[in-house]
Amino acid sequence: MKKIIKYVLLDLLRNRIIIAFTVFLAVISFSVFNLEDNPSKGILSLLNLVLIIVPLVSIVFSTIYVYNAAEFIELLVSQPLRRVNIWLSIFTGLASSMCVAFLVGCGLPVLIYAPTDVGLMMTAMGLLLTIVFVSIALLASVLTRDKAKGIGVAILLWFYFTLIFDGIVLFLLFQFMDYPMEKPMVVFSCLNPVDLARILILLKLDISALMGATSAIFSNFFGNQWGMAATVLIMIAWAFTPLWWSVRKFNRKDL
Amino acid sequence: MIIATNVTKRFSKLTVLDNVSATCNKGQTISLIGPNGSGKTTFIKCLLGMVVPDSGFITFNQQNIAHNWLYRSNIGYMPQIGRYPENMTIAQVLDMMKDIRKHSAGPLDEELIQLFKLDGMMNKRMGTLSGGTRQKVSASLAFLFNPDVLILDEPTAGLDPLSTEILKDKIRKEKQQGKLVLITSHILSDLDDIVTEVIYMEEGKLRFHKSLTQLQEDTGENKLSRAIAHVMAAAK
Amino acid sequence: MLISLVVFTITAHAKTWIVRPATPLQKLQEAINNAMPGDTIIVEHGVYREPTIVVNKPLYIKGVGCPVLDGQKKNEIMVIKSSHVVIEGFSVQHSGYSGYNDIAAIRIVNSRNVTIRNNKLDDTFFGIYSQHAVSCTIANNELRSNAINEVTSANGIHCWKSDSMQIMNNTITGHRDGIYFEFVTHSTIKNNVSTGNVRYGLHFMFSNDDAYVGNQFRNNGAGVAVMFSKGVTMVQNIFFENWGSAAYGILLKEISDSRIQHNRFVRNTTGIYMEGTNRINVTQNVFYNNGWALKIQASCNDNTITQNNFQANSFDVATNGTLVLNTFNSNYWDKYEGYDLNHDGVGDVPYRPVSVYAMIAERNPVTMMLFRSFIASLLDKAEKTIPGFIPENLKDDQPRMKAFK
Repeated sequence: MKKIIKYVLLDLLRNRIIIAFTVFLAVISFSVFNLEDNPSKGILSLLNLVLIIVPLVSIVFSTIYVYNAAEFIELLVSQPLRRVNIWLSIFTGLASSMCVAFLVGCGLPVLIYAPTDVGLMMTAMGLLLTIVFVSIALLASVLTRDKAKGIGVAILLWFYFTLIFDGIVLFLLFQFMDYPMEKPMVVFSCLNPVDLARILILLKLDISALMGATSAIFSNFFGNQWGMAATVLIMIAWAFTPLWWSVRKFNRKDL
Repeated sequence: MIIATNVTKRFSKLTVLDNVSATCNKGQTISLIGPNGSGKTTFIKCLLGMVVPDSGFITFNQQNIAHNWLYRSNIGYMPQIGRYPENMTIAQVLDMMKDIRKHSAGPLDEELIQLFKLDGMMNKRMGTLSGGTRQKVSASLAFLFNPDVLILDEPTAGLDPLSTEILKDKIRKEKQQGKLVLITSHILSDLDDIVTEVIYMEEGKLRFHKSLTQLQEDTGENKLSRAIAHVMAAAK
Repeated sequence: MLISLVVFTITAHAKTWIVRPATPLQKLQEAINNAMPGDTIIVEHGVYREPTIVVNKPLYIKGVGCPVLDGQKKNEIMVIKSSHVVIEGFSVQHSGYSGYNDIAAIRIVNSRNVTIRNNKLDDTFFGIYSQHAVSCTIANNELRSNAINEVTSANGIHCWKSDSMQIMNNTITGHRDGIYFEFVTHSTIKNNVSTGNVRYGLHFMFSNDDAYVGNQFRNNGAGVAVMFSKGVTMVQNIFFENWGSAAYGILLKEISDSRIQHNRFVRNTTGIYMEGTNRINVTQNVFYNNGWALKIQASCNDNTITQNNFQANSFDVATNGTLVLNTFNSNYWDKYEGYDLNHDGVGDVPYRPVSVYAMIAERNPVTMMLFRSFIASLLDKAEKTIPGFIPENLKDDQPRMKAFK
């Protein structure tokens, strides 16, 4: 398995898109911090990068990569190798190289300019979101045979997680305004990894506001250490459930 | 050596393999023949475990190949269209395959690499190669590990006549060492002189599996291509 | 100064009594009873368990080596019924507790020019309680209690119907309200630290023409409440980490003609909450990292908010109405995205400090969970292009480009 990871990584390293993504992140991060005299404002600008752009690039790039690697995968499958290992190697290669790209492009500037709780939390969430969306991408690409369709599904999923889902939740919150919506809201949040990541960052960034706007249920769930750990665990589940499902699908896939 | 029993495969509504059973033994050189879309490649992929049959099973040396992967170390496979990671050079692809297969049983067979003169362009990237050159790489890879079984999907397509001859010589040589060679090809004349058995497939069904001599007897034709043409005409 | 001069001149001719355990004079009350007005009583190190000590003549009572006055959780510890009394250097602890009486550690009744200083109060119900007191000084005391809820606890420094009080350099923690003022006028609360009290750090009602300066209010259950008063000066205070759905840096209710200047509001759920306030000047304050820097209810008129720094707040301003009769001018807003073509330091387009999402969160607090999501920023952007939801005239026409130093 190590060897396959090695070759996937070598292939990805030669792929200029990863390098371009790293440079893109670095340029944005450094310029944000240099233009803003206040690092906490820089963090705010990077928040959208972490919550929107990173998932988008992770899911789209990974989907395209898997489709483009179809022949490579075919070649590997015809060799005396376990399919699970091939698939997990591709995942590991993709996730780790995307994580490195994020860490260098975004994490590094954050740690240099704003090594605060918020900065650390944001870097951690960026990494987790990267892994989650690589995993979702693998599922999307194993479920659809057609490349164009697969990329479409990937973009749709991204759109769903970053915008549509929250839109629906907002709509529901106003529809059922007269009912206690705090518990359902906690459940809603767990259904979307982007929301979870955002809330964990909010806990560091806007704790003053959150402590006022939401009552005991919220602070009991997200506010304490156990809730925090639970949230991170749910995020990890978000990373590995699609992966596990895609492994099952890939095991039976006809190439 | 390879026994397929009642293998059936459907892609959505289309039945690609319909209850196919076949036995392939050591020392045979089997030509898998049939019109386009008759299920030849799918059958080969089933043997390689790349396509999972809906029903039926395949054994390799008496072992069911489902959920097994180690048996593939005994197979050299040359795909119909060999495409490789575009950014890798020929040398890197060869190294990678050597690395992945952890070949230990005996020396590597690099004869084809030399005969195809691939060593001169080891540093070329796969993405820049012509279709023919890629076929040469595919062929070299299939033979590289001295496998007991060679599965060659349309091996001569895209190869120039000279290279075709080199490949045929190589196949002949391996056959003499008692290996099982499975070839699909639609250019029948290429195969005439090396084939010992013929499997004819049509619309996912295995129409017949005969030795070449048997086929020649049955049809009264000497040349394989003519014999097949005879069969096809008779079917209509 | 004048008071101490008076005290000094009196003590110059006075006798000094020494109270010490295991000596004939081992009770403070006995010493007080024996002393003449103007005498000095020195109380030496030890624990004194006496019934309520009543000081009924002008005396200078000083603890040396921090003697302990213990109320044994039964009674009020000391009542001062005379003017010109100085109490200094005691450790006062374990007062009684009552559900219906205001039991205090030290009570000042109907007196003038009383000074309570350098004392440590521990585990008391009310700490220092003044009623009908005038020109008294409460300074450098440490008040500590262990209040758990509002019902079973009482206030640290409690002033009722008093005038010209000086409350300075005290530290108050673990009470219901740190400092409580009701019907107190012309008084100053200065350089106190009020933290970790279950209700308000400072609670202020019907008290006109007072000033509080340089105090720190941190981590109190509901911050600071200033209600039903006028002519209040609030300067150079720090309001820090007052968290909760009803917690405020300052809660202003029915306040008029007052001044809030040079204060720092840091990490509060709401920096300033204004309800029914008139003619208040909020100037040169810093609002940093609050949930809402400023909540102005529609019932507020003619308030002026100018030259403040608004930085790193989740929301700068929120309001519940559409008609705004207050003036925002020349503030620095870190969320301002305008430009300054003529480089005069003033942005060329007005800044609207109320965001759509602030309005949404105001109506439906659970939506805070979607704060900073893509959809939330889309809503804000949409409002900027097609305004209609936020009050038209709530804007700063001269937003500063750079923060005030």
